[in-house]
Amino acid sequence: MSLILRTATRYLMPLLLLFSVFLLFRGHNKPGGGFIAGLVAAAAFSLFAIANDVRAARALVRVEPQTLLGAGLLLALMSGLLASFGGGDFLTGVWGDVHLPLVGELALGTPLFFDIGVYFVVIGVALMDVFTLAEETVAEETELLNADKKERRR
Amino acid sequence: MNTLLILPLITPLMVAAVSFLVWRRKAWQKWLSVGGACMSFVWACALFESVRDGEILTMQAGGWAAPFGISLVADTFAAVMVLLTATMGLAVTIYAVRSIDERRAAFGFYPILQILLMGVTGAFLTGDLFNLYVWFEVMLMSSFVLLALGGERAQIEGGIKYVTINLLSSAIFLAAIGFLYSVTGTLNMADLALKIGALPASLTAPLSVLFLVAFGVKAGLFPLFFWLPASYHTPPAVVSAVFAGLLTKVGVYALIRTFTLIFAFTDVDVDNLLLTLAGLTMVTGGLGALAQTDARRVLSFLIIAHIGVAVMGLGLNSTRALAGTIFYLIEDVIVLTNLFLIVGIMGRVCGTFELARMGGMYRTHPMLGALFLVPAWSLSGVPPFSGFFAKLALVQAGLEVEAYTVVALSLVVGILTLVAMMRLWAEAFWKPSPYVVDAAQDKMQTGKMLLVPVCALSLMSIGLGIGAEAVFGVALTAAGQIDNANGYIEAVLGVRR
Repeated sequence: MSLILRTATRYLMPLLLLFSVFLLFRGHNKPGGGFIAGLVAAAAFSLFAIANDVRAARALVRVEPQTLLGAGLLLALMSGLLASFGGGDFLTGVWGDVHLPLVGELALGTPLFFDIGVYFVVIGVALMDVFTLAEETVAEETELLNADKKERRR
Repeated sequence: MNTLLILPLITPLMVAAVSFLVWRRKAWQKWLSVGGACMSFVWACALFESVRDGEILTMQAGGWAAPFGISLVADTFAAVMVLLTATMGLAVTIYAVRSIDERRAAFGFYPILQILLMGVTGAFLTGDLFNLYVWFEVMLMSSFVLLALGGERAQIEGGIKYVTINLLSSAIFLAAIGFLYSVTGTLNMADLALKIGALPASLTAPLSVLFLVAFGVKAGLFPLFFWLPASYHTPPAVVSAVFAGLLTKVGVYALIRTFTLIFAFTDVDVDNLLLTLAGLTMVTGGLGALAQTDARRVLSFLIIAHIGVAVMGLGLNSTRALAGTIFYLIEDVIVLTNLFLIVGIMGRVCGTFELARMGGMYRTHPMLGALFLVPAWSLSGVPPFSGFFAKLALVQAGLEVEAYTVVALSLVVGILTLVAMMRLWAEAFWKPSPYVVDAAQDKMQTGKMLLVPVCALSLMSIGLGIGAEAVFGVALTAAGQIDNANGYIEAVLGVRR
């Protein structure tokens, strides 16, 4: 693994993750949103996996990609269902004003939670793919290396 | 009660989502799926109960008014199909608990099965063509995973054929949707019914054929069916069963919806084309079944033959014929799922699906032999069973409009089915076993749990035959709604045509 890539990743990763959160929140009224933000976040973790190794990347994510996927799906579903509990149609936006100290009035709605759900689903799916494929490649390479060593010993 | 429309859809998704959270605990996933399937069944029953008298429920997702948002619509036909989906979902989930190996479970068999069921339910409930395409994709993706899961050589080969031809059909479907949108500016089915009449036949005729080809591939109609027998016999029996019972029927459902709701309001007349295709489908399916030597391939060709019979009702195009088609679909879903499940048990007992190497099961498993005869006779249309009444309605409707050729063919296909079924029975049960069978070991392999869904579905076949009058009444209500689309349009758009 190259030193340049590893060093660059150390600076790029926080930027990418911050950018993904920015995209997520911006997406409500402007270009952006949960899907693309999730891809950017997944790209950040994938970059880390390439620069270091998959095991380190898995440790960095802390939870399994499947858990992210399931939690995201549930969050998106719940945000859609909230309207149904109130007697409205499924997925109808429910809005409420939240008063936060220092920030002031904040309009919070279910579309935001739906988007966050999408964000986690996309990260989960992308990381599941990347990690699985990367682990398979590593396993194959080690196998080849071992075979090579045996060959040489003979 | 708009929420009732969404419940059978989100229950499987919820189960799948929670299954992802407990990814490493296979036992939890198993029982979650069984619980979810039970819940879906309850919701589907409630939905059916509330529309069986001819009411039409609608829901506009996100609260966006009809032609702009996505509408979910449950008329009697859709609710019947949703109920069937939930019933089959419950049956195959219980069957899967005892028949799916740990390795497949570890790769997420249970959540993916739930997502497949969600896709099928969504396709039945949607009132929007593009949304229908999305549900088709959900079905295609999950069915591809189920087909290839396990990674056996035959599975991959069948999976490639399946996915290639289905992607092609999806592409044609998508292109047709694009063309339709560019000339009408809407994809809401009810709104399309209002707007498509203004178009010249030179536009609508090619469009209707595009839809016919796209859905014909999914349904397994005559020249486009070859992917089905090439792939359906490769996965585990429980996967074949849910494919056989539900997936092709979604194609038929989509054909019925588009040609009775949308293209019925144009000058295009595809009835004769549909009848010709139906006739050819029946004959090729029936003859193909006789030529096969693998039990599951025999059944695969029978699926095709009976899709032909169902499409015949659409081609005859009268309320009675449509009611016959709906009755036929109900019967077909239950019977074909059941047959694949039983053949799955037979395959476990014999260790093979090759007819030549099966045998002697009448001695070791007489009950199974009797159980096999119920769906076999029902599919062939032998009187006390449900298949007879469904076909009777279709034949009567055919004679009313003097379509003698296709009626004769539908009777011939009944005989072909009977011959194919009896050949299967004789080979597997009657013929002495080519090997010395260790009876004690066989008893263990069958597993009592596997017989539970099989018995339930067989009882359902018998019940449909006994209660044919009531079932046909429901089918007539549904057919009446389809035939006179004004109720549907009014329910979705809130305006009279």
